[in-house]
Amino acid sequence: MSSLEQMYQQVILDHAKVLHGKGLVEPADGHVVGESHQVNTTCGDDVTLRVEIDESDPENPVVARLSWEGQGCSISQASISVLHDLVAGESVDAGERAGEVFRELMSSRGKGLDDDSEDLLGDATAFTGVSLYPARIKCALLGWAALRDSLVTSGVLTNKEQA
Amino acid sequence: MTTTVGTSHLDHCPTYGALSARELAAVRADFPLLERTVRQGRPLVYLDSAATSQKPTAVLDAEQDFYERRNAAVHRGAHQLAEEATEAFEGARAEVARFVGADVGEIVWTSGATAAINLVAYALSNATLGRGGAVAQRFALAPGDEIVITEAEHHANIVPWQELAARTGATVTYLPVDDEGRIDTSVVDRVITERARVVAFTHASNVTGAITDVAPIVRRAREVGALTVLDACQSVPHLPVDLHELGVDFAAFSGHKMMGPTGVGVLYGRRELLEALPPVTTGGSMIEVVTMTESTYMAPPQRFEAGTQMVAQAVALGAAAQYLGELGMDAIAAHEREMAAELLKIADLPGIRVVGPTDPENRLAVVSFVVEGVHAHDVGQILDDAGIAVRVGHHCAQPLHRRFGIVSTARASAAVYTSAQDVAAFRESLAGVRTFFGVND
Ligand SMILES: Cc1ncc(COP(=O)(O)O)c(C=O)c1O
Repeated sequence: MSSLEQMYQQVILDHAKVLHGKGLVEPADGHVVGESHQVNTTCGDDVTLRVEIDESDPENPVVARLSWEGQGCSISQASISVLHDLVAGESVDAGERAGEVFRELMSSRGKGLDDDSEDLLGDATAFTGVSLYPARIKCALLGWAALRDSLVTSGVLTNKEQA
Repeated sequence: MTTTVGTSHLDHCPTYGALSARELAAVRADFPLLERTVRQGRPLVYLDSAATSQKPTAVLDAEQDFYERRNAAVHRGAHQLAEEATEAFEGARAEVARFVGADVGEIVWTSGATAAINLVAYALSNATLGRGGAVAQRFALAPGDEIVITEAEHHANIVPWQELAARTGATVTYLPVDDEGRIDTSVVDRVITERARVVAFTHASNVTGAITDVAPIVRRAREVGALTVLDACQSVPHLPVDLHELGVDFAAFSGHKMMGPTGVGVLYGRRELLEALPPVTTGGSMIEVVTMTESTYMAPPQRFEAGTQMVAQAVALGAAAQYLGELGMDAIAAHEREMAAELLKIADLPGIRVVGPTDPENRLAVVSFVVEGVHAHDVGQILDDAGIAVRVGHHCAQPLHRRFGIVSTARASAAVYTSAQDVAAFRESLAGVRTFFGVND
């Protein structure tokens, strides 16, 4: 497989065509909301990502809904779409963990991660090839930066977790 | 000098035809970097000269030679090396001055065009604060004054003026561009009002490649007594430029885009204006007398060159100006006009929209475009895989992109070393982009 094909895996091209979670949704009553706007300064691409947190179990807050609006390249758009599938409906902790592992993947220089980590990421492992291109890592991380920041603005992350 | 094709070429071609294949091959041989391969052995096709040009051996050698044989502190020191270093440094200033039709005392070294534009903006600011005494009062800005820019500008010719406006209470207004991205000079009389104090505009757009019709803007600015500041970053490397003939008050350009090194650029200022302008960066090398409470300043250009200068880079920039001069700017412009025509053929490919004039006249070989259905970053990636280097993004011109309702474009830009084969490889690769992403109609 050429490095170009490694980068533009079918999963990525498919997501880029049919974007999951796109279109900001009005939050439901009673949900805590966090929102973040992130810009990729090189190209001006941007995303606004909104999370709705269900805190009915205070021990285990859940990302009840995740929606977003934005524009960007196939890598950034597909990455947000995959993020949506990984994080929406899951616990905040799981979403945080996925973000951490995805960031690790992006610094793997094309080598990928161990099986456990890749299982956790599912479709998102398709971005392994992107980590070969320093200029595109930012594209893949745009949505994940917005997720991180929206969880912070929602107040579910404690200061310790933010650090 | 490793190349002399310029002069002999011009002798034979009074109409300044473009380079012959042999001449082009000789030019390309001057640029060692063009020989390298990228991405698993593909020959490099460098179409990003508007961002930064590659460097000929003559320039690389000049910098190395300075460090190897003449390196010393300039303008001081009573030894032979210091004399030789000063001579090289000042010789480069004279070379660059000649190259752009200026007097040697009108050339101020800066770290680049951005620094040069900021220098003007801060000098005006200092004058507004009363610095520079009575002679500098003509530069003072007041609330209600207007700083006129254009919609075609690079951020380097927008943000410093916004900041100056914020510091002085002046207002930024702008000349619009037309649908081809050309600055609309039909509205100069309306937009450049009696309150205009500064008119800052680009000589050639780094996005659309459009060359500005300078005369009507200068005419109107003079009529209302506004200073003109020309961003000559893209014009000086690619066109014959005579700053005296253009009649602008200030001009800025960067060494690295004209085959010179990074870290050096030029502020041109009409002598009379530089003499009246207060300094910006202060310290050593720009003073006459320093006491514990106050100082007096040297005449320009030294007044604006505080601290140790980028001597080796300036020397190498002199070599770059000499290299371009020997090739001949008319010959360079003629060759690049051909490359512009080659590049513009992409407009015939399905789903490709050129942002800028589609006629090769009065434009540079800088062609920005949108591929319908494919983001510029993805376009750049496919081209990169074929060894073709283009730039993607907003090219530091967000307002211009916004004017066309887009966020980013891909941009292919040529220089004198660009060949028709380079452009053909680019077109071929570009033709496959929409298929790759499955957006063929
Ligand atoms: C038209 C124009 N103006 C200003 C600049 C800024 O030049 P520099 O970054 O070398 O200071 C550039 C370079 O990108 C340019 O193309």
